[in-house]
Amino acid sequence: MTILTVLILAAFALLIRLTFRSRGRGWVLLIASLLVIFWLQPSMPIRNLDFWLPVLTIFLTLFSWEITSTQEERLSRHNFIPVVFILGVILLVGLTRYLSVKGVITSFQPPPTLQVIASILILAGLFFALRLAKKTIPALLWIGFAVILGFFLVLKLPTLTRLTSSGLHLLMGQSAEHALALDIRWLGFSYVAFRLIHTIRDRQSGRLPQVTLQEYFIYIIFFPSFTAGPIDRIERFITDLHQPVPMTAEDLGEGGKRLAVGLFKKFAVADILGLIALNALNAAQVQGVGWTWLLLYAFAFQIYFDFSGYTDVAIGMARWLGFRLPENFNHPYLKSNLTLFWNSWHMTLTQWFRSYFFNPVTRSLRSARKSLNPTFILLIAQLGTMVLIGLWHGITWNFAAWGLWHGLGLFIQNRVSTWLRPRTSWLDNQPVPKAIFTGLGILLTFNYVALGWVWFALPTLQSSLTIFGKLFGG
Amino acid sequence: MNGKFIRNILIKTAILLVAAFTVLGLVNVVPSLARVSIYNHLVPGRVRLPYGDTPTKSYNLTISNLEMMLASHVISAGKKPTDEYRVVLLGDSSIWGFLLQPEQTLADQLNSKDLRTHDGKRIVFYNLGYPTLSVLKDYLILGKVVNYQPDLIIWSITLESLAEKNAVQSPMIEPSDLERLSTQFGFSFPAVQNQSSLLASFMDTRRTLSDWYRLQMYGFMWAATGIDQDYPLNPTLAQRDLEVDTTFEGCKENDFSCVQALYDVMEIGVKTANGVPVWIVNEPILESSGLNRDIRYNFYYPRWAYDRYRNDLDALAKEMGWTYLDLWNLVPEDEFTNSAIHPTPAGEKLIADSIAKQIEGYLNP
Repeated sequence: MTILTVLILAAFALLIRLTFRSRGRGWVLLIASLLVIFWLQPSMPIRNLDFWLPVLTIFLTLFSWEITSTQEERLSRHNFIPVVFILGVILLVGLTRYLSVKGVITSFQPPPTLQVIASILILAGLFFALRLAKKTIPALLWIGFAVILGFFLVLKLPTLTRLTSSGLHLLMGQSAEHALALDIRWLGFSYVAFRLIHTIRDRQSGRLPQVTLQEYFIYIIFFPSFTAGPIDRIERFITDLHQPVPMTAEDLGEGGKRLAVGLFKKFAVADILGLIALNALNAAQVQGVGWTWLLLYAFAFQIYFDFSGYTDVAIGMARWLGFRLPENFNHPYLKSNLTLFWNSWHMTLTQWFRSYFFNPVTRSLRSARKSLNPTFILLIAQLGTMVLIGLWHGITWNFAAWGLWHGLGLFIQNRVSTWLRPRTSWLDNQPVPKAIFTGLGILLTFNYVALGWVWFALPTLQSSLTIFGKLFGG
Repeated sequence: MNGKFIRNILIKTAILLVAAFTVLGLVNVVPSLARVSIYNHLVPGRVRLPYGDTPTKSYNLTISNLEMMLASHVISAGKKPTDEYRVVLLGDSSIWGFLLQPEQTLADQLNSKDLRTHDGKRIVFYNLGYPTLSVLKDYLILGKVVNYQPDLIIWSITLESLAEKNAVQSPMIEPSDLERLSTQFGFSFPAVQNQSSLLASFMDTRRTLSDWYRLQMYGFMWAATGIDQDYPLNPTLAQRDLEVDTTFEGCKENDFSCVQALYDVMEIGVKTANGVPVWIVNEPILESSGLNRDIRYNFYYPRWAYDRYRNDLDALAKEMGWTYLDLWNLVPEDEFTNSAIHPTPAGEKLIADSIAKQIEGYLNP
């Protein structure tokens, strides 16, 4: 996103808040979010994909709502109108092809109207077919889960992505000779997937509250947090959606401050650091231990300011809309151990994985394998969680290595902390030694995390190992 | 919270923005900032002036502020040592070293010879070439370079850099330079658009600030990697088979007056050196053995224009008493890269050998 895009969206958010109170607010948020997912979708070399990917997002959201709703909700009239509305927006976006040969809302001219109508009919058919299902069918929930995971694999496994890219090129009547994995960039899918899986899993465990289609859609594609989170929980989000919404001075001030801070972090600090941050190109070129560390530290701070900047922008914009999104960062580089780091870095992601992987796996291992050593269970769960988080970024050896790095680090830190705790209790009454101890912990944790970024920043294991060599004088 | 409150907030924000805009437009922070540099302090100075179209690969960028460029150059590394005989090389991309690694450029090849004066001073060469063909650009650099106490200036030129059409085609020549030169010397350059509006000043300041911080940040990458140029894998070789075209810069055959070669700028430039010797070098060009070589020497020059230029320059140099080295055909055809004026490292070595011999003869008679 550019500064201009952020400012336009922020102004739009402010306008919505000032103009629409409780009545109509939901509809305005829905239409705004629908239009934004088309508007923000970047252009790609595959014809019309910039239109179809947002339509696919809508399809997945509609499908997930259907399979997670009760029959009562599905049959309710107040959930019928939003469908008509959503399909109408798709049609209207499609019809902008007649306004200009270049895209008006989309990056390029939308596909032929017949194709758009066909897709609307398919969506409508799906809606009505599932509407008639008497109760929630458990198999459908697992199918939904599998479909989302399937899309995830296609997008994150480079070989599969490139094959899909070739296929899509041919489908669109284009040559597949130069098809690349990078040709497919589905904006916001990762975060949409998390929200969808959260609702599916909560439905499976009976924790999902009843939500209308409008509420569900707004939650899934809420435009301030669509591209990069934070990952909110639907029940918390719905509460804010239904709060009275007169703008307060505090909302305006706090929202504005977060926006300004976020813009500065992302477009000033992060972009400047990006000029010297470690990457595949300069990793091969850098000479000298000191300069290699500089590039690595620049990457560590660039990724922090970039990501936390986006979060600040999202939180600020949402605040202007009357939503208090959860925090995602809490000074992570100032934490004295790795556990505290992961409780402060991309917090909504770690909470999500804790809820939907770490806790269930731990519980499952404890109950199913009573003979298993609890320490071993902890190791499995931590390694599994962190490797999954790594693979969420991309299914490559490097991201797996990054996850392994942190999983092992967490486990070792946990063991060491357990061992140290009784032996360092005397520090509680010694502020200066305690401060030194904490300071050393911060330094160690920061450098461990920074070294972990080597796996993250570089594309191959070999280049990562070469950098490790350069960092330590090899 | 009411409409009046929102209105007041919006008004105050607008006032703040306008004030900031006005201050940035009126207060010219550029001259002071241009001299602030991490080069020669936190990181080594660059061995050639900043220039680059692909900053993310070359860790270099094209900027227009000459002060900023010089502040990043190794020539700005503090006081001139007492045991140094300083030679500055001016010129175009052939001096700057297009497609050459830093150690392959003319300046570095000369430095590697470790030449000495008769009294034992180290003769140190500084590459102040810049990759555009413009004698006006050279003049601007010369005007600044005299502040760095050179003992000798070697000014490498070619006909293309003298042609008036090319004079202003350089990123570092700003409208204010043209205006000043037009007034000072009576040159007639294309009319300069009035840039005195507040918006233009604001945009200029913003651009210069952006150039400044990027140049500083790329200084770290220059220090960390030693890279200051993006080298294409398979550059296109200079044309050898030539067109049947006898024109030069739109001028018909033998109409040299149409070319309007800016010899005036050279004359004034030499005077600007304030007594520092200035040698003029007619830089080597590719002499093609391909198709239509009887009409043209290379892509740039039809024979009639280039021969005329050489004669004129030789006559001028004699008249002005300049030390003039005509190296036009020193480098064989095979030792050019992607342009008729870009020598290979071996080509640069030939030039370095020739200049070194001249300097030794000059300094150690």
